[in-house]
Amino acid sequence: MAVSEHHRAGNHTAGGTAATIDARPLAIEARGLVKSFDGTRAVDGVDISVPEGAIYGILGPNGAGKTTTLRMLLGIIDPDEGVRRVFGHDRPHDIGRLIGYLPEERGLYPAMKAIEAIAFMGALRGLPLKEGRARGAELLERHGLGHAADRQIRQLSKGMAQTVQLLGTLVHRPRLVVLDEPFSGLDAINQGKLEVMIRALAEDGVTVIFSTHVIHHAERLCEGVAIIAGGKVPYAGSVEAARDRIPAQVRLETRAREGAWLAALPKDAKRNGDFFQFPLPEIGIEPLLRQLIEGEAGILSLSIERAGLHDAFVAIAGEAAARQLEADSVEEGA
Amino acid sequence: MTGTAPTIRPRLSALEAAWVIARRDFVAVLFSRAFLFFLLGPLFPVIVGGLAGSIGGQVQRGAVSIEVGLAMSAADNAAMIAARERIAPQLGGALPALREVPQAVGDPAFDARAFMEARRGNYAAIMTGTPAAPVLTGTEGQIARWQGPVGLIAADALSAEPASFPDIAAQVVTTSAASERSTRIQTAQIAQMLLFLLTMLLAGMVLSNLVEEKANKIIEILAAAIPMDAVFTGKLFAMLGVSFVGIAVWGLAGWGLWAAGGDGITQATGFDLARLPAPAVGWPLFAALGVVYFAMAYLLLGALFLTIGAMANTVREVQTLSMPVTMMQLMVFFLAAYTINLPGSGMEMAAIAFPLSSPFAMLARAAMEPALWTHALALAWQALAVLGLVKGGSLLFRKRVMKSGGAGRVKKAWFTRRAKGTLEPAE
Repeated sequence: MAVSEHHRAGNHTAGGTAATIDARPLAIEARGLVKSFDGTRAVDGVDISVPEGAIYGILGPNGAGKTTTLRMLLGIIDPDEGVRRVFGHDRPHDIGRLIGYLPEERGLYPAMKAIEAIAFMGALRGLPLKEGRARGAELLERHGLGHAADRQIRQLSKGMAQTVQLLGTLVHRPRLVVLDEPFSGLDAINQGKLEVMIRALAEDGVTVIFSTHVIHHAERLCEGVAIIAGGKVPYAGSVEAARDRIPAQVRLETRAREGAWLAALPKDAKRNGDFFQFPLPEIGIEPLLRQLIEGEAGILSLSIERAGLHDAFVAIAGEAAARQLEADSVEEGA
Repeated sequence: MTGTAPTIRPRLSALEAAWVIARRDFVAVLFSRAFLFFLLGPLFPVIVGGLAGSIGGQVQRGAVSIEVGLAMSAADNAAMIAARERIAPQLGGALPALREVPQAVGDPAFDARAFMEARRGNYAAIMTGTPAAPVLTGTEGQIARWQGPVGLIAADALSAEPASFPDIAAQVVTTSAASERSTRIQTAQIAQMLLFLLTMLLAGMVLSNLVEEKANKIIEILAAAIPMDAVFTGKLFAMLGVSFVGIAVWGLAGWGLWAAGGDGITQATGFDLARLPAPAVGWPLFAALGVVYFAMAYLLLGALFLTIGAMANTVREVQTLSMPVTMMQLMVFFLAAYTINLPGSGMEMAAIAFPLSSPFAMLARAAMEPALWTHALALAWQALAVLGLVKGGSLLFRKRVMKSGGAGRVKKAWFTRRAKGTLEPAE
């Protein structure tokens, strides 16, 4: 486990402690970011700490404030309150060369050739055009798009154009890559490729932060997540710690239906057909097991299942946010 | 905070960032098909106007005769023509051309009135009788116009000794205070008009300049990578560069047209460019100032248009905006044009002080006044205004379009100070 922990609960009511459990320096640190649009708070006191080299997810349903948070982190917009620092700098533009950004709404100049688009995006980050073209050609070749180098963006398929933009985001070899909903609009194969690419970046020491409303992307890739709902971040920390917030669930199947052993089960145990389901008791499973055996419950099966990130999300952000998240994922899949 | 200081140069300077944008825009516009049509656009009215003028001139020449027909005896006709030739060097264009009426030759019963009323021939009037007792037949207007000159020619034809005109010794002065002022006003007006036409033709392009980035969602990539004022500056200078290319092409086309048919143009329009009064600062400096003031007028109007256009979301919105913007350009031009005749007045000072009209007013001043320091001052002021408009425009764009509420250095600085107190090291 190697992620800075920073837990918040509700609106500054609980938690608020910041503790880094590894020695890595922070690529991004934000405290108390607030942003309102037309009197409505889109982001309401967001705290995030992302150590260098981490893959970090900002997880939340559409409209939760993910994009606004990323835009503030990148200096595209300024927060109304709070502060952000990227590699220790208050003004992200001052270290533009170290950052790569793929916005949610993809955009390229339609008349530009793919190779020129990549070189131009590199030039925006300080990479000389000539070098940008050379690196762009190499990247396109590596990603199977060498044949499309001299084709105009308008002549490329949507997936190819998205790949070109992603390569443009990476061409200047940034140390921090920020991706806003990078999986959105990609088919399963390209989603898989992107996951591989993100892991490869992290292996090279690049910090990757991405927003998503699809839990399994965050669960598979991230070592740290910020769960965001309604502009607030009720949880920011490691994926493991998020899952640990929910006690493991015990699933018990017995031969006997009735008996004195039933009294040994926790009060919040629920019968679900032939199974009982209840949170793992704090004292552990052994005392309960002893009582079940002594009470001749006839244990057929007993499993202890660790909570997933989805369960953690439900517990942290609430049922409503979880339902919206699921709806967004379904819509995205459709 | 535990950030690691980067060892490589971490960002582009504002100028470098603006250059990246300018280079992309310049190339993209210059090598687009639309630009070719844009270049050809102003040539169409010139060509059409030239053709129309040429045809009109021919028609006019055919329709309006300044020939007076002679229907006298052959000897009298010859005497009249000889007399005209004698006095033409002194009176030139004041005299009508004289031509024998072929139908009257050898016809003692020739009736000039009937001939004219039958609308035959193409004479302004017909002279019958003798030089001693000439009769001029024509419309009332033509008779009034040619009566005097024809009488003068007849008197010369009658006299035993041709009229002699005394030699007049000429003492030419290059100018006088009165003529200098009035003639330089012409130069000032033409220069202002040219400046206005060029800015009106070219600055409008800037209006739609950010629509592409907004429509294609590229604006966010630009905004994330470089400061918005660098985007504005780059776009503005790219379009200025494109404009200079346009002017160079049009200038070359104009020069070619002039070289091919300058005399014809002078005759057709009655305007001789070569006789345009020299401006007070001299032609070379005036031309240089013209270029600089065009650049300033373009940057000032362009910065404003870029900001206005940046607020628009679609090309349709831009089109809707173009009318009030053109009206605004006209108002600026009228303000500057109005003050040409009011040197040193409060009105002229206002036109010079108001940044948008300042280049127009100052170019007129360069035609009228030789002082140069005023131009240095005005250019500095205009450059400052360009910076202000670019900065203001980019701030407005961030605030209104990018929805960045933290616009304004004071507010930002305050938050930064406040935030420093609240942000503790995470460890």
